Amino acid sequence: MAAVLKIQDLHKSFKTGFFLKKKKILKGISLSVGQGEIFGYLGPNGAGKTTTIKCVIGLLHPEKGNIEIFGTSHLALKAKERIGFLPENPYFYDHLTALEFLHFYSQLFLIEKKEAEEKIKGLLQLVGLEKEADLQLRKYSRGMQQRIGLAQALLNDPSLVLLDEPLGGLDPLGRKELRDIIVRLKEEGKTVFLSSHILQDVEMICDRVAIIVNGEIISQGALHELVSEKIIFTEVVFSGIEDKEVEGLGECISRGRERTLLKVLKEENVEKIVELVHSRKGKIHSLIPRTETLEDLFVEMVKQG
Amino acid sequence: MKIKAIALNTFKEAIRDRILYVLLFFATVCIIFSRILALLTVGDRVKIIEDVGLASLSLFGALMAIFMGTGLVYKEIDKKTIYTILAKPIHRFQFLLGKYFGLVLTLFVMLLSMSVIFLAVIFLHTFTVEWEMLVAILFIFLEVCLITSVALLFSCFSTPILSSLLSLSFYLIGHLSWGLKTLIDKIKPGFGKTLTQIIYTLAPDLENFNFKTEIVHDLPIPPQIFLFSSLYWMAYTLAILILAIIVFKKRDFI
Ligand SMILES: Nc1ncnc2c1ncn2[C@@H]1O[C@H](COP(=O)(O)OP(=O)(O)OP(=O)(O)O)[C@@H](O)[C@H]1O
Ligand SMILES: [Mg+2]
Repeated sequence: MAAVLKIQDLHKSFKTGFFLKKKKILKGISLSVGQGEIFGYLGPNGAGKTTTIKCVIGLLHPEKGNIEIFGTSHLALKAKERIGFLPENPYFYDHLTALEFLHFYSQLFLIEKKEAEEKIKGLLQLVGLEKEADLQLRKYSRGMQQRIGLAQALLNDPSLVLLDEPLGGLDPLGRKELRDIIVRLKEEGKTVFLSSHILQDVEMICDRVAIIVNGEIISQGALHELVSEKIIFTEVVFSGIEDKEVEGLGECISRGRERTLLKVLKEENVEKIVELVHSRKGKIHSLIPRTETLEDLFVEMVKQG
Repeated sequence: MKIKAIALNTFKEAIRDRILYVLLFFATVCIIFSRILALLTVGDRVKIIEDVGLASLSLFGALMAIFMGTGLVYKEIDKKTIYTILAKPIHRFQFLLGKYFGLVLTLFVMLLSMSVIFLAVIFLHTFTVEWEMLVAILFIFLEVCLITSVALLFSCFSTPILSSLLSLSFYLIGHLSWGLKTLIDKIKPGFGKTLTQIIYTLAPDLENFNFKTEIVHDLPIPPQIFLFSSLYWMAYTLAILILAIIVFKKRDFI
């Protein structure tokens, strides 16, 4: 698998405060994103995700380290022609309408006007903004800004798409739509690099992830390598029997007027409870096995680090 | 092509700025005021209108350049519009030049509007269009372009307020520095003279673009003076723009 994006030993510090003291933000980031994968860049607030992406785009000059896109320098125009970038909390020229804005950006790729028109129509449809195409961007809501931001990132039909917190500011439906779009981009053969601190949002779609904490990558790999499929515990909700009877089989988490939620660690105990409830003509309302999630892994690693 | 796209977008944005129209309004007030002033004086009334009018054009043109120019890059960074635009396949210098030409176009339109008002006021007095005024106005435009490049340079590394102050100082020094020339002639040769000479060479001399008196009073202007002023303008503007590009290239967009 050829590396589409390769970062080696990236260092960056900011000068802060009155005395311009140096504060290390990135302490030797190395990662490599392969052709056609969805790569998740995960970490808590302030870990350095945005800083890394800004270095890749060329907005920041790193002190040390090497960044390659498609095997060339990340600053080469040839590389930039093939990337799309959506910043976090994007904001655009608010005096333009969505249509004018996308036409303006398409000129920066030297796309012919006719071709641009068609492309823009398709993109507005993709992000669900056809009706707002003639609205000035200053009148856009946060989620709509996010959507137009995605549209501008896809103008040049990029091979590598960099998305910084793409799900921020979107409603649940919007999040689902965006995830679908990202999966579709992958199906089209594009490579997607996305950052997030919300793990459930990305764990369904990412092929590989890197976890960054405090400017250092503490773990990197395929999701199934980082997260085991093992069931950690099962949540059982039942009614119709006394709590006392199941005592010792699991930990009671909540107790409603009729229903009881039990956290059961051992699998054989789950079966015992089910049999018991059935024998008393009680009812099992739900039974949810919880496997290890990225969230758990994340919490654990942040604690350790 | 890419520079043109950015310039046109800059123009579209800048031409909506209220500051421009406030300044345009005051410039108009000054020009009309010169007409009233002319009524109250004896002597050549047209000359007064022309004098005050050209001075207003020069002053308000410079103020427009400073107030618009200093916000130019700062606004893009502050609002983060620069993030996506620099992610596109353009060089940073193309972006900066696009911004520059966009503002120059805006100021051209503004200066044109002021000139129309100015020439109309003269026309109402003399019933002739004083075309030779355009020569003076052309050099006012060149001066405004130079000031824009200076404002752009400052806006690449400091806040609008600080860059406005710096650009204003540039404007003032530029119009006072010719005094050094007379000083140089009076000082005896030595360290002091050399130092003054160096300062004078580096300091801008915006009086090189001032042909107001000559035009208003129909004095002859030798062609080599035009040539010198044009070359001086070109060299100074180019140097400032190159400096701005270097600063802009080096900076981080946090
Ligand atoms: N303008 C700035 N000046 C100084 N320090 C900054 C600046 N911007 C960010 N930082 C610091 O850089 C570090 C990394 O910030 P960064 O924006 O990369 O985090 P992030 O991982 O993107 O976080 P988030 O999930 O909140 O977006 C933070 O500790 C922050 O304090
Ligand atoms: Mg961030």
